[in-house]
Amino acid sequence: MLFYLIRRVLYAIPIALAVGFVCFMLVQIAPGDPINAIVPPDAPGDVVEQVRREYGLDKPLPVQFGLWLLKVVQGDLGRSLATGRSVWSDLSGAVVNTLRLAVVASLIGFVLGCVLGGLAGTFRGSAIDRTAVGIAVAGVSVPHYWLGMVLVVVFSVQLNWLPAMGAGPGGSADWGWDWEHLQHLVLPAITLAVIPMGIVTRTVRGIVAEIMSQEFVTALRGKGLTRGRIFIHVVKNAAPNALAVIGLQLGYLMGGSILVETVFSWPGTGMLLNNAIFQRDLPVLQGTILVLAMFFVTLNLVVDLVQTALDPRIKRA
Amino acid sequence: MSATTPTAAEAELAVQAKQGASRSQGYWAGVWKRLRRDPLTIACALVLLIMLSVIVFAPLFAPHDPYQGSMMRRLRPVGTPNYLLGTDELGRDMLTRLLYGGRLSWFMGITPVVLAFFIGTTLGVLAGFNGGKTNMAIMRTTDIFYAFPSVLLAVAISGALGAGIVNAILALTLVFVPPIIRVAESVTTGVRNLDFVDAARASGASAFTIVRVHVLGNVLGPIFVYATSLISVCMILSSGLSFLGLGTKPPEPEWGLMLNTLRTAIYVQPWVAVLPGICIFVTSICFNLLSDGLRQAMDVKS
Repeated sequence: MLFYLIRRVLYAIPIALAVGFVCFMLVQIAPGDPINAIVPPDAPGDVVEQVRREYGLDKPLPVQFGLWLLKVVQGDLGRSLATGRSVWSDLSGAVVNTLRLAVVASLIGFVLGCVLGGLAGTFRGSAIDRTAVGIAVAGVSVPHYWLGMVLVVVFSVQLNWLPAMGAGPGGSADWGWDWEHLQHLVLPAITLAVIPMGIVTRTVRGIVAEIMSQEFVTALRGKGLTRGRIFIHVVKNAAPNALAVIGLQLGYLMGGSILVETVFSWPGTGMLLNNAIFQRDLPVLQGTILVLAMFFVTLNLVVDLVQTALDPRIKRA
Repeated sequence: MSATTPTAAEAELAVQAKQGASRSQGYWAGVWKRLRRDPLTIACALVLLIMLSVIVFAPLFAPHDPYQGSMMRRLRPVGTPNYLLGTDELGRDMLTRLLYGGRLSWFMGITPVVLAFFIGTTLGVLAGFNGGKTNMAIMRTTDIFYAFPSVLLAVAISGALGAGIVNAILALTLVFVPPIIRVAESVTTGVRNLDFVDAARASGASAFTIVRVHVLGNVLGPIFVYATSLISVCMILSSGLSFLGLGTKPPEPEWGLMLNTLRTAIYVQPWVAVLPGICIFVTSICFNLLSDGLRQAMDVKS
């Protein structure tokens, strides 16, 4: 067990390095000279050459990667071409905003998915089951950016109940857990929640159906346990897997919220990425992708460890 | 190749007979029989077929020119005479644009999966059949791409490469190769250790023959079913890239891009603005259900 933990943590290191390499390569595969990612296009030629030497861009690629990595480890993600500010200063606020949205969306998706999946798994083959499966398929098939537009049409344009964009009153970026701010979160969070809802429903349905068909459940019934007590047993057995799924979904939502953030002008990493792409602001693009991917790698690791700790049936060596 | 290894062919026949002819005509007859009794899957296949023929023959059905607009008739509502589904922000007929738009949306939704199917199957079967260092190299590289959420990877690559259809297809192919490699590797590893592969090897069949005859025949089905389930995701992602301005460029009609350009029109003609999304939704849900139906009919364990 301890051996597994150590090995699993150690395995995350080469993965993190490789992820860093892919992010490093993003600037290399971009058309044009990578120096353009550091100096503004109107810089004079001798300045460009000086910067090229300073940044080590005249050195071979592996050396460049090493130099870049050294900076990243120290928390230096470079400077934005568009604003001149350090990438991290814009990124830290955006990451928090995206995280807030993704966590709320994951929670909504998890609760709905567990309810739908639990019902479907318990009453397999019934009308409830078919309805739940239908909702799940629709959830994973819907282009969520479009769903966001439809929700805006219905709840903002037609009914005028909820704001259509931004994260706070008057476009302010400060967050508070009051209705003034929360009402901005409702539509994007619901939009983002449909995918994890569909996936969790499918997974939980499968797990519950499998558990319900096992002998120990029959034994529990035979012992005369009420539905409620059996339910607790089923939950205990299903929880580790369901938690693992939603843990990973949180990571997917963090990386995948770009479309929803675009629809709702949510001031998170997605909007940052969107702006970076259109201004060809490669340092911001690279830094944002790197941070989101690292978050995902860490989350993967945590989910694995938590699942191992929670589930005594998993014996890893 | 097969002429030099008659014993391999014989062994194959014997194994097939023992397995209840699972891969002979009886298998496909069984699949077709199960499919016929599944009205939902048949309905989805029909909807997709109709969609495909309508967009392929778009010029025959489209009442107007997809590029020709007029400022005089911008954003007409659904049901306007002569413009059945209204007009867009530049006064172009929506029905026509939706018909033509399906071409690029379908193309960009299917091409990456097809490319990824070929690349991923090749690498996955190679890794699964060879094992050892080859497996190590291929599977650990795959792990790296699994460390990125798929949307992020697609946006990152096409964002770095710049907007364009080719770049978007490239990025999406790269997103779908790793999951196909994983599936191909795991089914190949499962098949490799079965008795009939040993029998073929013992009878002197070359590695190429074993892969071609024994392995591919058994793994292509499951990989194919898995790949079809990716088309729905790819459709949403590729239209999503266009929605972000990373795929198709205006004035080309494409469902995702149309959603993007009509985004500001939701305050004027909301029901016209959401039309392209309905097309993406219907296509994607049909592909999803079709894939589920195929999985059941072909008896592939997920």
